[in-house]
Amino acid sequence: MKKVLFMFWCALLSMPFMGIKGGAYLFVGICVSYGVYVLLAHLFGKIKKPAIPVNTKLLSTAFIAFAFILPFLIKDYYTDVAILVCIYIILALGVNIVVGFSGLLHLGFAAFYGIGAYSNALLTTHFGLGFWSALPLTLLFTSMAGLLLAFPALRLKGDYLAIVTLGFGEIIRLVLNNWDSVTRGPNGISNIPSPFILGFEISNLMYYYYLVLGFVLIAAFIVKRVYHSRTGRAWLSIREDETAAEAMGINTRKYKFMALSFGAFWAGLAGALFASKMHFVSPESFSFMESVFVVCMIILGGLGSIPGVILGSLILVLLPEVLRDFQLYRMLALGVGLVLMMIFRPQGLIRKN
Amino acid sequence: MFLQQIINGLTVGGVYALIALGYTLVYGILELINFAHGEIYMIGAYLGIIFLGIFTAAGLTQYSLFLSLFLTFVMSVIVCSAYGFTVEKLAYKPLRNAPRLNPLISAIGVSIFLQNYVMLTQGATDKVFPHVIPVTTVEFLNVTMTSLQIFIIIASLLLMAGLHLFIMKTKTGKAMRAVAQDKTMASLLGINIDRIISVTFIVGSGLAAVAGLMVAMYYGLVNYSIGYIAGIKAFTAAVLGGIGSIPGAMVGGLVLGLIESLGASYLSSEYKDAYAFIVLILILLVKPTGLLGKSGENRP
Repeated sequence: MKKVLFMFWCALLSMPFMGIKGGAYLFVGICVSYGVYVLLAHLFGKIKKPAIPVNTKLLSTAFIAFAFILPFLIKDYYTDVAILVCIYIILALGVNIVVGFSGLLHLGFAAFYGIGAYSNALLTTHFGLGFWSALPLTLLFTSMAGLLLAFPALRLKGDYLAIVTLGFGEIIRLVLNNWDSVTRGPNGISNIPSPFILGFEISNLMYYYYLVLGFVLIAAFIVKRVYHSRTGRAWLSIREDETAAEAMGINTRKYKFMALSFGAFWAGLAGALFASKMHFVSPESFSFMESVFVVCMIILGGLGSIPGVILGSLILVLLPEVLRDFQLYRMLALGVGLVLMMIFRPQGLIRKN
Repeated sequence: MFLQQIINGLTVGGVYALIALGYTLVYGILELINFAHGEIYMIGAYLGIIFLGIFTAAGLTQYSLFLSLFLTFVMSVIVCSAYGFTVEKLAYKPLRNAPRLNPLISAIGVSIFLQNYVMLTQGATDKVFPHVIPVTTVEFLNVTMTSLQIFIIIASLLLMAGLHLFIMKTKTGKAMRAVAQDKTMASLLGINIDRIISVTFIVGSGLAAVAGLMVAMYYGLVNYSIGYIAGIKAFTAAVLGGIGSIPGAMVGGLVLGLIESLGASYLSSEYKDAYAFIVLILILLVKPTGLLGKSGENRP
């Protein structure tokens, strides 16, 4: 009874926005879906899930093999989506180092992504460099930006860090938007060239997919190795208890610096790939929502877990493509999903210890 | 010119201060940055337009403008407080003992949800505030003030004074201060913590509703995305004054409004939105406790 009253309360609240009819529909809608949920929980709740032993090595090999033959199985349009998924995986891997491994909630990662994309765009269009010669410079710039932000970040904890990084992200976006003489403001930069390999232009979608996939494999491999190294363990200890980590002789300053610049490094790579894939960048692509979107990916997949990051990126990029008709409700569902995730499964889909 | 900018700054600053109070109240008690607070303010602005529209359609505005505006304020505050109350019960209460980042992420989720909820139900285009209020201008020492500006400045100062009295003089206010100091001890002394937290959210949301309505009247336009930037600025104001401190939020809001309007006229108006972030970063680096805040274990 209390639950029904509560649903009625919610419907009542929505009435100024949805009208009396809309509120009534909402009430019926919530009641029915709650009823279905209770029924389903009643039917399936008693079935005990058998623990399936998962051979992770086999699974990941199969997954990689599948990723390699993928472009032969699908249409060009979906190859395009797959490239986007790969770029997001690289970006999310970078965010995962900062948010997942080190526990520093960073809400301005789109800034590094944007710096990477704009560095690539400017170096290739203004200075006539190729993709490969611009790439090291791009990565250097973004890592430096990561270091730069680490100074304020080192003094702050938890939610304050989140707000300052958010502010940093917004400042970068405003600079990109207003510094007309260099970034051409909201119009963005177009005609960014494709990368060349051995004099051969990677303009075909399929080739580009393999290029990006290669980067994803490299990124995942390196991040995994670092995770299992002394550095990775230091990050984890900072996440779990900073005071204890410091007491154990870990130089927390140094490791936070490393986490931020290493995370920014991958975001820069993702940005460069994004710019050369789209041949166009504009400040719009690097808004606050983008940062939140990537954080959502790693929260959905499971903070700190590399397969989780990949799964999260896959789901969040593919879902709107699959549910094209529900495009409008995508962000609505994302918001509800975040809240429900925090309440019912804060560890994400793939649990890490 | 300078005085003119001061007046403009105080108008905007009063609004920031009202929103900042909501952040500071919640932070003082839960140590949570209520990310959704900016959206509550946006909902307040929309509710103002919706209710005034209803009253105009019912013929009340033509009968008595004052009564209809008064009722609009009352209704918006009530419904907005109900939103704040519900958000707390649904999204924050289950997470009260979770790690500190979890309620923050949940708050971001609520913020995204509310923003899109309003966009879907009210449309993505700007909403116009009904032109029912006659605006007169007052000229004084070369400064032009509209009646709306005077109204906003006076109303926000009155509300702040009212809140101060509420916190300092009433029993509930005393309980709120006790909970902010020590939750466990307060509950041992018989204070209903859940009730106090609800009251905090209701009061904060009510102030945000007033701020939203006044902004809607002042600018005449409302959009579903105004909550995000206003929320960040108000949060900056709260940090500037010292988060958790109620007089701090008031001072911080007014100061931030002044910085913004002076910066926009003397430095560059293109970067108007960036000043708040720069102030925020500088404050957190130089004096993280803010102008009037106290340092404590969990403060930055």
